[in-house]
Amino acid sequence: MCGIVGLHLREPSLEPRLGELLTAMLGQVVERGPDSAGVAVYGDPRLSPPGRIVVSLLGTSKAEVEAALPGVRAYDADATTVAHTDAASVAAALPGARVIGTGEGFAVLKGTGNPAALAESFGLAGVSGWQGVGHTRMATESAVTPEGAHPFSVGPGQCLVHNGSFANHATIRRELRAQGIEFDSENDSEVGARFVAHQLERGADPEKALRLLCERFDGFYTLLVSTSDSFAVVRDAIACKPALVAETDAWVAMASEYRALDVLPGIEDARIFEPEPEEVYVWRR
Amino acid sequence: MATLIDLATTPVRELNQALHAPEATAWRVLNPRGAHAVACGIREDLAVDIEGHVGYYCAGMNQRATVTVHGNAGTGVAENMMSGTVRVRGNASQSAGATAHGGLLVIDGDASARCGISMKGVDIVVGGNVGHMSAFMGQAGRLVVCGDAGDALGDSLYEARLYVRGTVKSLGADCVEKEMRPEHLAELAELLKAAERDEDPAGFRRYGSARKLYHFKVDNTTAY
Repeated sequence: MCGIVGLHLREPSLEPRLGELLTAMLGQVVERGPDSAGVAVYGDPRLSPPGRIVVSLLGTSKAEVEAALPGVRAYDADATTVAHTDAASVAAALPGARVIGTGEGFAVLKGTGNPAALAESFGLAGVSGWQGVGHTRMATESAVTPEGAHPFSVGPGQCLVHNGSFANHATIRRELRAQGIEFDSENDSEVGARFVAHQLERGADPEKALRLLCERFDGFYTLLVSTSDSFAVVRDAIACKPALVAETDAWVAMASEYRALDVLPGIEDARIFEPEPEEVYVWRR
Repeated sequence: MATLIDLATTPVRELNQALHAPEATAWRVLNPRGAHAVACGIREDLAVDIEGHVGYYCAGMNQRATVTVHGNAGTGVAENMMSGTVRVRGNASQSAGATAHGGLLVIDGDASARCGISMKGVDIVVGGNVGHMSAFMGQAGRLVVCGDAGDALGDSLYEARLYVRGTVKSLGADCVEKEMRPEHLAELAELLKAAERDEDPAGFRRYGSARKLYHFKVDNTTAY
């Protein structure tokens, strides 16, 4: 199954409430993916101070980071550690740490276990920002580990969450590897994230990147793809994996089920619709 | 005076248990907030009004009751309905009326993909559009679409009859347009009336099965 939630704020006065709203949304899709969860948060000043590249890590801790990299601040959030430094510095000082996201004003938090408990362990309710994405995972393709949890963030400030399963991921992984792209896992969703990152790097905008994904990927998918200035949704041609979008002047939100949208302020006046199959929807900051 | 149940304070299971052994004939349900399986499995002649949006499988397996959703419905509204009436005032998500054997399902707004999938005798009237693969493998019953139909309408259709007023993006395998004879205009008029709609039956086209996929053809042996 898997559950997706995402919130893109247009109204700055709501930014202090991003984490609180995302926590409430995530709480409504726990049953869809009770084995692990992850979130990406754009613009929280504590996790990612403005103008600063930060790196989200697994397999280390605040104590280890601060000991290995003097002067660097770090925060623990369940299995994840967010360090205020860049990926190259971490790779040199802490070769065992695994980068799960990097970018300016952007942090990724992942863990295994009940998503509601994880949100608490992340301190998600206290987070602020202008955009957030969350995923609750029911694993089908690979092991239940923090690494296997979504979002998959493989390009700067980019992140992809997926409900479904790609059928031809092994073929596409092989093609991307042949072009020199490295992979962290055998997970099908990572292939989607690498493909999108590759297209964005080559100059495509999110709309073009997702159109190309529709052409190349086979299987079931509802995807929420975010970058440091956009929020995009796409579904496969069969569209059996659920998706709902709600939009007001204050925000755009996407979720697997309506109940996750019902927690948002002003939902009673929102325009609510199901994304059409193979149509790419993009909202920009 | 309807018996009031507020889902903000009462679990859905308690609501459904109350509807299965009803002490009243009229019910009003508040704050559904996208909950799943609201008003499922009713077997009595009740009127149930749900004030808001519901989640999956609302009014599933309905018998005899009239269930009205004053909002949108999630996946599988009125799935496997046997009789009675289910009305959605807003839009319905995918697989509305799936496998339903009887009764009337009215969706005032749009229904998304696979509306009436494997329908087995239900009548479905949609005020707006239906998504792709609607009436897929429909065996019996009637589907009326006052708006447009998406791709692959009536794919692998058996004997369900389909009426569409707007455009059909494409027909599915073995689904063809058929002549609208007086008996079809008459049954369509009845269905529209039952759904409280005022469209003119003459503005619709009829689609049905070409009946070419019914039987295994020995010529196709090599395909397996």
